Amino acid sequence: MKQKPFLLAAEGLNKSFDGFKAINDLSFYLDEGELRTVIGPNGAGKTTFLDLITGRTQPDSGTLEWDSEHDLLKLNEYEIYRLGIGRKFQTPTVYGDHSVVENLILSMAGPRSIWHSLFGKVTAVQRDRIAEILKTIKLYSEAHRKAGELAHGQKQWLEIGMLLAQEARLLLVDEPAAGMTDEETYRTGELLLSLAGKHTIVVIEHDMEFVRQISQGRTVTVLHQGNVLCEGHVDKVQSDERVIEVYLGRKSKAA
Amino acid sequence: MTKAPITSKVQMPLLMVMAVFLIVVMPVLNMTGHIQDYTLNLWGKYLCYGIMAVSIDLLWGYTGLLCLGQALFFTLGGYMMGMHMMLMIGKLGAYNSNLPDFMVFLGHSKLPSFWEPFYSFPFALLMVFLVPGLLAFIFGYLAFRSRIKGVYFSILTQALTYGASLLFFRNELMMGGNNGFTDFRSILGADLRTGSTQRILYITTAILLVAVIFGCKWLTNSRFGLIQRAIRDSENRVLFSGYATANFKLFIFVVCAMIAAVAGALFVPQVGIINPSEMTAEKSLEAVVWVALGGRGTLVGPVIGAISVNALKSWATREYPDFWILILGGSFVLVVMFMPKGIVGIPAQIQGFLKRFKRHPGRLSKVVQTETEPAES
Repeated sequence: MKQKPFLLAAEGLNKSFDGFKAINDLSFYLDEGELRTVIGPNGAGKTTFLDLITGRTQPDSGTLEWDSEHDLLKLNEYEIYRLGIGRKFQTPTVYGDHSVVENLILSMAGPRSIWHSLFGKVTAVQRDRIAEILKTIKLYSEAHRKAGELAHGQKQWLEIGMLLAQEARLLLVDEPAAGMTDEETYRTGELLLSLAGKHTIVVIEHDMEFVRQISQGRTVTVLHQGNVLCEGHVDKVQSDERVIEVYLGRKSKAA
Repeated sequence: MTKAPITSKVQMPLLMVMAVFLIVVMPVLNMTGHIQDYTLNLWGKYLCYGIMAVSIDLLWGYTGLLCLGQALFFTLGGYMMGMHMMLMIGKLGAYNSNLPDFMVFLGHSKLPSFWEPFYSFPFALLMVFLVPGLLAFIFGYLAFRSRIKGVYFSILTQALTYGASLLFFRNELMMGGNNGFTDFRSILGADLRTGSTQRILYITTAILLVAVIFGCKWLTNSRFGLIQRAIRDSENRVLFSGYATANFKLFIFVVCAMIAAVAGALFVPQVGIINPSEMTAEKSLEAVVWVALGGRGTLVGPVIGAISVNALKSWATREYPDFWILILGGSFVLVVMFMPKGIVGIPAQIQGFLKRFKRHPGRLSKVVQTETEPAES
């Protein structure tokens, strides 16, 4: 194994809300280029973990290091974004009153100054890139529709498209398959797989079939009560006694 | 391509017609005697209010910041211009002194040092921008950095306005106390009491109004405008798109304070008086009503709102002095209930009503469109 620094290293994170320990001494390491799936029952702290990474919430203690040189805890939301960490929220969060294209323009990588927002032009290269993204997320024909009018699944894709426009190094994708049909879910899986390698991706998901689809041969992290319960190959994780007990048990009984 | 909402299609020609009418037709009619000097002067006042209304729309309609301090910035701009005009009265005042009358009345014999530079018109003009701009910058910096939003922001701007008016009511501030400034004689050497000076002031106001609207149109059509509206709809998301929203809000807040201030600076020579009663939260709220009535988020709507409400007010206070406030309140309630998009939204409302009959073919064409979607990737 090469001794390459982690892209993201979280150590000893703790966060409680009114006495409830959402994150409990959590450590998490991510290599560049990984597609990591994080699973866990409700309340395991998955979304809170993303909140900590993206600067939405401050932990009570612990460290969060990015690319071994930036301390994420000292940065606010937009500074963290500018390091190349993009996030898709659990409920699709797009600008509903803006058109699909405008959503992508707002997310486009590039300067974020007031000056540039007033006088900067959308370059031909950016235009092509937007068209390419529109095709990738299959919203080309909806480009000028208001994002608020899109179907739920389309909004999910638009938000993934916004991450692509951002050219994020790390994509944090919170429940991309929520509220989607089986076919849409499958296509979302394909989309994420096609991005793996180009970007580092963390996917948080509930749907085990979807997890199996995207995590073949990859590492899966299981969170439970704010801590890593188990981590490893998807098959190994699925056969782990503790995992079956807290999480998969219910699923496999149902299946 | 995208189907633009009906209002914006109508807007450009409407805007041009409005511009020509206000800048050219009205003054010409005044010169030929078809419009009285009094009426033109009244319209000059309405247009000043119109400019202030645009600044409120830019904050409220486009950025989601309901600011109840625009009357403060408006009045501050007016005071800065007023200081210059007070000094221009010279010895023509009631006490035949070089000092403004109120200072003589209060027993002062020397001009306060901060008044001295206001002998210069360019300096006064600079202060019209700088004083309200700086106040907006300091207040906005503190408020936006602390992430004060929504109704809390409105309340704070209201408190700021109230505090400032209390301050200006005090004689110790040397700004004329509750009487403010009045009895102006001239501006840039021109006699304020002649029709031609007032006409030039009116034309200046009309040109400025049109320029402000075009400037705001440009601003809201830029990427800045996209960010502005994104902040209005979902500020948290904008932070997660990498924008320092506080800076964007601060910028627009300062710009709007300055727009309101220029309007105030033009208001004072036309109305001939400025005092702290212009600086109250009620005045700000009244201006918010103009914006809502005319149509929020349309730029032209607020001007129409400002003119129509003030024209209605002028008429009603003359004809029905006892219940003009009821007339005003009643019309506001009607608009809120039946015209959520304001006066400017009426064509779109009618269009939407007619559309219901043609809905079916509309849906079909959409189906066809999705089927011909390019099957790439």
